[in-house]
Amino acid sequence: MERIPILKMGDVLLVTIQVDMHDQLALALQDDLTAKISHTGARGVLIDISAVEVVDSFIGRMIANIAAMARILDAQTVLVGMQPAVAITLVELGLTLPGVRTALNVERGMALLRAEVESASRSLLGKADDDTQG
Amino acid sequence: MTTLRDETLEVRASADVVRLRQVVRSWAAELGFSLVDQTKLVTGASELGRNTVEHGHGGQVRLEMLNDDNRRGLRMTFEDQGPGIPDVHLALTDGYSTGAGLGLGLSGTRRLMSEFRIHSEVGKGTQVQVVRWR
Repeated sequence: MERIPILKMGDVLLVTIQVDMHDQLALALQDDLTAKISHTGARGVLIDISAVEVVDSFIGRMIANIAAMARILDAQTVLVGMQPAVAITLVELGLTLPGVRTALNVERGMALLRAEVESASRSLLGKADDDTQG
Repeated sequence: MTTLRDETLEVRASADVVRLRQVVRSWAAELGFSLVDQTKLVTGASELGRNTVEHGHGGQVRLEMLNDDNRRGLRMTFEDQGPGIPDVHLALTDGYSTGAGLGLGLSGTRRLMSEFRIHSEVGKGTQVQVVRWR
């Protein structure tokens, strides 16, 4: 079965969706990504949908699920590159993707992820210091 | 009102929904719909096509290019011989779902179209007809 490739860049997993996904392919991506986060200990997931021309409620739910599952596995998800026509249609459809961070493009998304991951590790380190003192 | 062209497609599996999206995209572009309107038509087709596969156990969709005085439109009629919908009013409510989805398929698609008609008989099947005018 065909699969959407997942690239690892440091502690971020990058997924670029470039095909018109049928439902099983979207579900397989959801499974593959969660497995890979767990396997690699990735702290961030960047999903690039700049080549995606249609996001319907099923794909939207898949994206929201990935973000929720990643969060439980201690990774942040940022969705980047949504085409304006897709954004307009999604909102009219009633899908607002609550809980999913977005950025305009891969560059900004990567910067956002790096900042989040860094601040998360800093607060963790700060907490560890407190523990040793107390 | 005249039908300039029509085509009937089988909708039995999620791969058929991908094919339907592609055909609707090309018809919508040919009719001169804006990119946003094309996206709305394709997204609506995807939602209704999935309903036909998931809830109707497969069926057909008839696509028609319409000419009405000075305006042109695309009509899509989805028909299945599935179990039917006991309470159409409830099925049209945002967030109501009997499947695995978000319950936005019917209610959301209604917002994306100019016209929306649904007829369902328990034990016989469901017909959903939508039109978007340019």
